[in-house]
Order: sequence, then C-alpha cells, then structure tokens
Amino acid sequence: MYRILQTLFVALCLLVSAHVVGARAADDLGALVDKLGAAKLADMDEHISDLAKTGDAKVIPVLQALGEGELYQRKSDGKVFLVKAQGADLLLVDPVTGTEAGEAPKSAMQKVKVNNAVRRAVRSALGGLTLFSDDAGARLKAAQSMLQMPNADALEAIETALATEKDAAVRTVLDEARAVTLLVSERGDDEKRQAIALLAEGHGRTGLAVLTSALATADASLKPDIEAAIARIEQTQALWNAGQNVWYGLSLGSVLLLAAIGLAITFGVMGIINMAHGEMVMLGAYTTFLVQEVVRNSYPELFDWSLAIALPLAFLATGAVGLAIERGVIRFLYGRPLETLLATWGISLILQQSVRSIFGPTNREVGNPSWMSGAFDLGGLTITWNRLWIIVFALAVFAALLFLLKKTSMGLRMRAVTQNRRMASSMGIRTSWVDALTFALGSGIAGMAGVALSQIDNVSPNLGQGYIIDSFMVVVFGGVGNLWGTLVGAFSLGILNKFLEPYAGAVLGKILVLVLIILFIQKKPRGLFALKGRAVEA
Amino acid sequence: MNIKASVTGAFLAAVLSTTAFNGAFAADDTIKVGILHSLSGTMAISETTLKDAMLMLIDEQNKKGGLLGKKLEAVVVDPASDWPLFAEKARELVSVDKVSAVFGCWTSVSRKSVLPVFEELNSILFYPVQYEGEESQRNVFYTGAAPNQQAIPAVDYLMENESVERWVLAGTDYVYPRTTNKILEAYLISKGVKPEDIMINYTPFGHSDWQTIVSDIKKFGSAGKKTAVVSTINGDANVPFYKELANQGVKAEDIPVVAFSVGEEELAGLDTTPLVGHLAAWNYFQSVDTPANAEFIKTWKAYTKNDKRVTNDPMEAHYIGFNMWLKAVEKAGTTDTDAVLDAMIGVSVPNLSGGYSTMMPNHHITKPVLIGEIQGDGQFETVWETPGLVVGDEWSDYLPDSKDLISDWRAPMSCGNFNVATGKCGGKGS
Repeated sequence: MYRILQTLFVALCLLVSAHVVGARAADDLGALVDKLGAAKLADMDEHISDLAKTGDAKVIPVLQALGEGELYQRKSDGKVFLVKAQGADLLLVDPVTGTEAGEAPKSAMQKVKVNNAVRRAVRSALGGLTLFSDDAGARLKAAQSMLQMPNADALEAIETALATEKDAAVRTVLDEARAVTLLVSERGDDEKRQAIALLAEGHGRTGLAVLTSALATADASLKPDIEAAIARIEQTQALWNAGQNVWYGLSLGSVLLLAAIGLAITFGVMGIINMAHGEMVMLGAYTTFLVQEVVRNSYPELFDWSLAIALPLAFLATGAVGLAIERGVIRFLYGRPLETLLATWGISLILQQSVRSIFGPTNREVGNPSWMSGAFDLGGLTITWNRLWIIVFALAVFAALLFLLKKTSMGLRMRAVTQNRRMASSMGIRTSWVDALTFALGSGIAGMAGVALSQIDNVSPNLGQGYIIDSFMVVVFGGVGNLWGTLVGAFSLGILNKFLEPYAGAVLGKILVLVLIILFIQKKPRGLFALKGRAVEA
Repeated sequence: MNIKASVTGAFLAAVLSTTAFNGAFAADDTIKVGILHSLSGTMAISETTLKDAMLMLIDEQNKKGGLLGKKLEAVVVDPASDWPLFAEKARELVSVDKVSAVFGCWTSVSRKSVLPVFEELNSILFYPVQYEGEESQRNVFYTGAAPNQQAIPAVDYLMENESVERWVLAGTDYVYPRTTNKILEAYLISKGVKPEDIMINYTPFGHSDWQTIVSDIKKFGSAGKKTAVVSTINGDANVPFYKELANQGVKAEDIPVVAFSVGEEELAGLDTTPLVGHLAAWNYFQSVDTPANAEFIKTWKAYTKNDKRVTNDPMEAHYIGFNMWLKAVEKAGTTDTDAVLDAMIGVSVPNLSGGYSTMMPNHHITKPVLIGEIQGDGQFETVWETPGLVVGDEWSDYLPDSKDLISDWRAPMSCGNFNVATGKCGGKGS
C-alpha cells in the first residue's frame, strides 16, 4: 500500500510541475515535434521516447497522427504539422496548440516517414501515456499494447494503474500485462512464480510467447514452473483448436451452401447442368459493387446498409438474367443434357467477357460494413464477424427457400412439374412458365450468394469459376433433388476439409476430399439423401 | 422473341469485343510490334493492363516520329490465359504478322510454352514480370526481377530492420513460388536460421478460405520470436488472404507480411486501411518521386482517360524493355533479329526510379530494389532501397544445381548455362 501511495505521489508531483512549466514546455514540445520531420527512420525511436517522456497530454494526438501517417513537414521551413485532406490541398493544424494554421498544396508538404518500427514505438509510447486516460476504451488499448510488448520499465506504471482501475475488462488485461511484464523484469522469483501461474490459467497466445522466450533466460529454479505452464496452455489450446476447426468448417460449409443452394434448384430440382451458375454469383457480387458505388457517392451515411439494399436488387437482377437464359436458350434444350452443358458453358464465357469489357478486368472494391469487420474472442476461439454473418445468412436463405418450396402454391407447382410434368400439365399448370420461374429463382438465389461472397472474395470476372466445381460437388454429394441433402452435404464437406487441412495442407486436403467423394458416390450413387420412388426413374 | 434477339445481340457484342484487337492490317512502311498478353481468362486481371501500357508506349513513340523513319504498329493477340494457345499465338505473331519483337507473357508456364517458338523462328521476346530465375535464353530478354533482385533483399531487410527470426513462406502451388521458396530456404539456412523456424505452406490457385492458414500463422508467430510471412501468393487469392489477415487482427507491427506478387493493381480491389505496414518488394512503386515517373503516370492517366488507374512494376519493366529495344534497333540500324540481339547487350536507358538500367550479357537488367509499406490509400511508401543497382542473377548461387552456372550471350561464349566448374557450356536447364 505504501508503495502505491508513493508512486501516486510521484505521479502527482510530475503533473503539477508539468503545469507550472507549461508555457516554456509548449516551445520545447514544438521543437521536439519538429525534430520528427528531419529525423531518419532509424533515429525516430529516440525522438518518440523523448516526446513520451514529457508526459504531456498534448503529445498524444501528435503520436497518434504520426502512427496514422498524418504528420507532414513543410518543405520551406521544416516545421511539422498535423494535416487533414481538404479537397486537393491539405489543412494544416499546429501540433502543439491544436489551432488551424492555414492550407497548403500537397507539393509544398512532405509526409513524415513511418515504418513498422516507428509504429511499434508509437504504440508503446501511447500505451504509457494513455494508461491513465479517462476513457476506458483508451485504457484498454493501452493495456493491450503493454501486454503485446512487455517492457520492464512500465511495470510500476501498470501496478499504479491496477490499483485504481475499476473497469473489469481493463483489469483482466492489465493483470495479464502485469504478469507478462513481471517476467521480463528483475523482480524476485516468488512474484514471477505467481505471474507464471496466472499466465497458465489463460489460454492466450501472448502468454505462450512470453513464457517460451522466458524459458531460455530464466533461472534454473523457475524452469520447471514455466515448462509446466507451457504444457498446460498447450493442452487447453489443443482443445480449443478442435473447436476452432469445427467453426472454420461450419464457415466454409456455409459458403459452399450459399454457392450450391441455387444450383440445388436448377440442377437438383430441374436437372439442368447449368455451367453458368457461377457467373450468376459473380453478377450478384457486381450488383453489390454498383450499389456501394452509388451509396458511396451519393448517400455515404447509408454505407452500413449497402448490403441490405444490394440483396433484393441482386436477386432481381440475376433472376432476370436467369429468366432470359431459360427463355432464350435452355427451353429449347430440355432433355439434351450434353447440349445444355455446352450451351450454358458458352453463356458463362460470354457473361464473363461482357463483365470484363464493362467493368474492366481488375478487381473491384467492395467494402465491409462496420458490423462485418473485425473479430471477437469466444474463449480460445477467434470468430470473425463476416464469417458469423455469412453462416446466419446461409441458414436464413435455406429456411426461406424451404418455406417457398413446401408451403406456397408456387412451390407446390414447382414440385408437381418436376415430379410428373405431363400430369401437372393436364391439371392446368403452365409448365413452361414454372420452368422459367424455377430457373429464375435458382439464379436469383445465386445472385444473393454473390452479395455475401463479395465480402470474403475478390469481385472480379473470375469470381464464379472458383465456386462452380465445389457447388456441383456439394449437390451430387448431398443427393440430387434434396435441399436437406445440400445442407448436410455442404457442412460435412466444409468440416471434413478443415480437419484435413492442418494435416495434409490445403492442396492435398482438397484432393483427398475429392477422392473421398468419388469413393462415396461409388457406394451410394444417388448421394447422401437419395430421392426414392417412381419419380426418380422418370 | 425479343429476349432471344437481345441474347444473340449480346453474344455478337461479346464476340466482337474480344476480336476487335485482332484487326491488324498489313502496311509495308511500318515496323510491327507483337503484344502477347491474355485479355480474357484468369490472367486477364493482370495482363490487360500491360497490353494497354504497351499500346501507350507505342503511341507515344509514334508521336515522336516512330523508329528508323517508320511508324510502329502494334499487333495485339489474345492467348486467353491458355498456355498452349500462347505458343500458337506467338507463332502467328512471328510467322504470319512478321513482327520484329514481341512483348508479352506473365506466368512462367506461359513463358516456358513460347520459348521453343522464339528459338525456332529466331525472334525476340521481352518478358516483364518478376520470376524464379534458373533460365537464360538467347531470344528472351528478362526485364522483370530475378530472385536476387526481389526476394533476397526483402528477406535481408526483414532480418536487419525488423530482426525477424521465424519465417513463414506461403505461396501458391506452382513453379515460381516453389523455386523462390527453395532459394529462400537455402538462403535462410545459410544465414543461420534453424529449419524448425521455417514453415512452408502451399495453397491452390484462387484459394479463398484462408481461416486455417491465417490462424496457423498466428500460432507459429507465438513462439516468442519475431515472425514474418514471405508471400508468393499469386493473383486472385491475395484479396481473401489480406481480408482474413485484417479480420483476424494480424497487424504489420506484430507479424509483417512481405509480398512479391502484390502491387498497386492488386490492392485496387481492397480497402487497405487495416493492412497499413504490410510490405512488398519491387523495383518500382507508383509513389516513387521522380520527374520521369510523374510524367509516366500523367501520360498513363491521360491515355486511359481514367484518373484512378494505377501504375505498377511490370509496366515499368515494359517501359524499360521497350526503350531498350528502340535504342538497340537504332544502334543496329535494322530490326533484323541477330543484329538487334547483339546490339541489345550493354544498352542503357533511364528507368522510372531515377537511375539507368542496363542490359547485361545474361539478358537480365540492372535495377534498384525497393521495399515499400502499404498505405491507407492503396499505394506503397518506400521504406528502404538498395544503395545501388542490383544485377539480375539468372542462376541462383544458393541452389546446388545452379551455383556453378553463368550465362553470357556475347560471342565467343554465347551460352545461357556455362558451367564454370567443368568449363563447358550446358548443364542443368535449357
């Protein structure tokens, strides 16, 4: 307790003295900041720690700007400014006073160079400066950066912070940061032993990294403790790894499901070998791109909604293309699978090249809305938001499609036509229109899949090609004509793939899956969930 | 009926658009230049830009009065990312269109497929892309980087400036990454890196599910030693790879990724803010601040009528190669292949990064090596460069098979794989 009070007192003294000499410090600070402009990359480290040592809160925005690459030097007098883009020019802000200092053309300014080493130095300096910030988010960030880059000098500061910290989340990280820092410090073995025990409880990779490097330099008395802790962490990690593989498998499965579900309609229900299916996915992705372009240029505040806007549009656009293909080509080819295959393959090439001519051959940028960026930790799992939403979306599409087929009159007609075309026709169903609409539905769903896939893959004319083989694999494996088969097929192939990948590598893993499917089809030619009854033979 | 008509219309339009470039007509008072880049298929994403760059260079030269008093005429063909078709189209360019030189190819396999054609018909190919080396052919000029002009300096940079001790070599599964990684592995081990500190990983073309690999990289990087990823991942697979890195929070300050196949063009389809600080090694960046480069970018944007078009390293390679060819033809006074081949060696032209590049006797050129960090606007900022120019080394010194080989196409040696140990021409390779 005495120790903490003592540190607090020192900190207070520093704060007071900082205020007293405030006026003079502003000049000094300006000089220090200007030094950044002229410094070589190798010397930046020193200047940053000089700045951090001032302990002045004004340094924080300067360092942040430096890390973000927003610090520029005026070529004429070497003075350093924070800048904001203002049209073609730059708006200058004085780094010390925070007042605006006019505008300057880009050519008159030179960016202060930063590299990874500088960014690291900035991060650790900021960690020390913002550890006592009023904002819990800033404190959390500071604690995390101290956890990642243990520095023995920061130990006292961390302990001071721990004594006053009330926010539970920040405390957890600070506790871990303290343990990690303790290990690299000169403290006694007893304290270190406690730190090791604390790290062994967690399953973090940072802890493992610190323990492994500490093992090399630790005293002989500590070694057994460290080894035991490492073994313990590795054990828990092995368990989590299995969980992680299942998660990755589900996520890959959901992508496969999305790509295959439209094909399950056109190929599974109608029996058309549609090689242009992948291009429908691609068109859906390009629709997303167009929507985002409009949103970016005209309604930037709607950006987080862009995917929701793109979904129905992609469905309609690709559905319309599908309708056109069915009416224009496929309806003349029913019952001639080889011709259908060749014709749809030709269509896929035409679509690819048209998109290439219109949008250019290069990738187009489709941004992630904020709710689809980043990741969160669930125990030892890292779960990325975009994958989570794609799983949810795939399941929602599946449920909606199932509802459509089983509970609506449109679905009833579709099933009637596929099961017995002539009888359905005798009952007054316009079979040719049902065919066209079914094909349009399959294509529209592929387009919606494209909206989701634009979030994880490139939006380029080749997007569809990567998915067509996988989609056929899923549909054939799951059982032609059965939606549930497609669902189970997609997820089991996904999980199988992800369990093979760590052992066999990505290339061999894919080959193994293919071989397994071939063997499986030998045994069960109709896939997992085969349709039974007379309809099959027709 | 209407729908049918429009489908046929679209079909015709698409067919026309792919063949429009092929309309080269004969004229005797022109010098023809062949352009052999894929305009359709998987490689169109990278190669179409090079076709445009070549057309621009030829256009600019014609404005300056052409070559030897004649106008230059571009003959564009589309090998459609199909390797055997590359050989067919190359033959067509040389024997039917009678072009004086060909600028083209991107992948190593396409280059390998056209080599015999150029040898047989004795014509000239300029190859503008960084490649794995282990080749030197009489009829080919390699204006892209050899491994010692890209991969090895990049690894040196990481070792010295970032003190990296653990290495992930990740690549697409084909000849360029495999050979480059073999060279890098041998080089790292020669520098004292332990084999257990090197992880090698290959993925198929167009791989899009990077979750497992990125989490493996994170795991590999948590062994208490500074870790870096050396990426020879090619083409389309890069975007999902970088997206996964960003989403799983792999920061450049912790585990930097240095890429050899990612340039301004590849980053154009990506939001680069989470990727700031990841690295690439090239011989040119669009951000290079020289008057020659500013002029080049201005001409390019004006030519493509698009203010957002970016320039990249293979474009600079074509710029250098094209200017070298012009100079050699002027020196030889003819476009005759043998005379130009002789005149090419020793030709020196300005490059875009403020120096001069020279064609060496091994048909490779001298270049500076730049290491750049990705910026939030999709550009690179040079953080390091070699003090001088680096000579392309075709036969790697780090592979046991090729360390004794050299190449010198000047008479009297005229050999692409001279073995200095046995004193004979011929050995491994072509």
